[in-house]
Amino acid sequence: MPEAAAIVDPMLPLPYRVLRKRREIDEIYTLDLEPVDGEIPFRTLPGQFNMVYAYGIGEAAISLSGDCDDAKRIRHTIRRVGAVTAGLCNLVKGDCVGIRGPFGRPWPLEEARGADIVVVAGGIGLAPLRPAIYELLAKRKHYGRIVILYGSRSPDDLLFLDELRRWRGRFDLEVEATVDHTTGGWFGQVGVVTALIGRASFDPDNAVALICGPEIMMRFCARELEHKGVSPADIYVSMERNMACGVGHCGHCQFGPEFVCKDGPVFAYERVEPIMTLREV
Amino acid sequence: MNPAFRDMAAIVSEHPMFAGFTEAHRELIAGCASNVRFDAGELLFREGEPVSQFYLIRYGKVAVELVSASRGHITIQTHQEGDIVGWSWIVPPFHSYHDARALTLTRALAFDGGCLRDKANADPEFGFVLLKHFSQLIAQSLERVQLQLVDVYGEVQSA
Repeated sequence: MPEAAAIVDPMLPLPYRVLRKRREIDEIYTLDLEPVDGEIPFRTLPGQFNMVYAYGIGEAAISLSGDCDDAKRIRHTIRRVGAVTAGLCNLVKGDCVGIRGPFGRPWPLEEARGADIVVVAGGIGLAPLRPAIYELLAKRKHYGRIVILYGSRSPDDLLFLDELRRWRGRFDLEVEATVDHTTGGWFGQVGVVTALIGRASFDPDNAVALICGPEIMMRFCARELEHKGVSPADIYVSMERNMACGVGHCGHCQFGPEFVCKDGPVFAYERVEPIMTLREV
Repeated sequence: MNPAFRDMAAIVSEHPMFAGFTEAHRELIAGCASNVRFDAGELLFREGEPVSQFYLIRYGKVAVELVSASRGHITIQTHQEGDIVGWSWIVPPFHSYHDARALTLTRALAFDGGCLRDKANADPEFGFVLLKHFSQLIAQSLERVQLQLVDVYGEVQSA
């Protein structure tokens, strides 16, 4: 797994300006950010996150959701769930935020070369996986089959719909989406995302799975993948905890023996599976 | 062997649901099967009515629905090629608890539940294997509905 890019001072927020703001769906916005002072001073990797500082309000850990090869801007997709994220979602073009990062371990895309890739996303979990999908597509020939499975609460909650449609139109990808509930006007699949795993075409003996979504969904997806024959060592999940410092010093995101900010957020399922079901953690 | 029966036996043999059955058992199952088709909008099951079949979908798409006076047809699950639809035929009182409706032209193998129950009663070993496999299907269905019930995408960590 590639190491995180070196950061000059991990505790110093650098100023970034909102270049573009896009409302994705209800209460979820994407911000394109460019550095106020010239170039982006770091290289990001799919799966990493930044601590994004809404000035005067506070910081929140937000995963990268854009193309990591874009040297001019970084992209974050943010759901309004509290004071900080509300502050970020209220920003408009030209406003400034502070960025610390990037932090954490990325998706193991280098190690997965030659394997089939199964991307399983739930809800806003598609955002941290989108940079991985961009990279997989940019280096398409290095991978076997690529399957993208996406579950959402309802048709109105499907994120990045335009891109999902575009990906579905490719002949070298299998893309399936399902929603938990619908009362009409939706002609796609209905049911939980785990149901898509059984139908997907990939070689379980030579597959790497990348899962991001609510923790319950990730547990069930991992079990379904194991049931299909994928080794827990080849299943990766992106964990979410209350990250604060980003470098494993403060302990806010401690998860059993791990610090999600430093040892994660991407973990091999076999490493965290015993902790995920511990209620005391 | 009747070519139609041979085709059905082959379909049964290839389906993962029946992988744990012996060839003799698979033939017992195929002996209770027939080809059916449903036009879009046609019901496979209706809530509250007796169920005498389950279906293995070969082509098309089926929605499992609950009907509410205020919300209309609420789709709980969709099924497609390769899926098994229906397990009420094996659980007394053999009534459906939901509607199942073809969303598109759907072709399927219909398995006669009464025929299978008779064979299971006559051959308890076959009956046990049949019940064991359908228990897995029922458990899987229950697990999925539980996941829908907890509304996992509503899980929010404030920030």
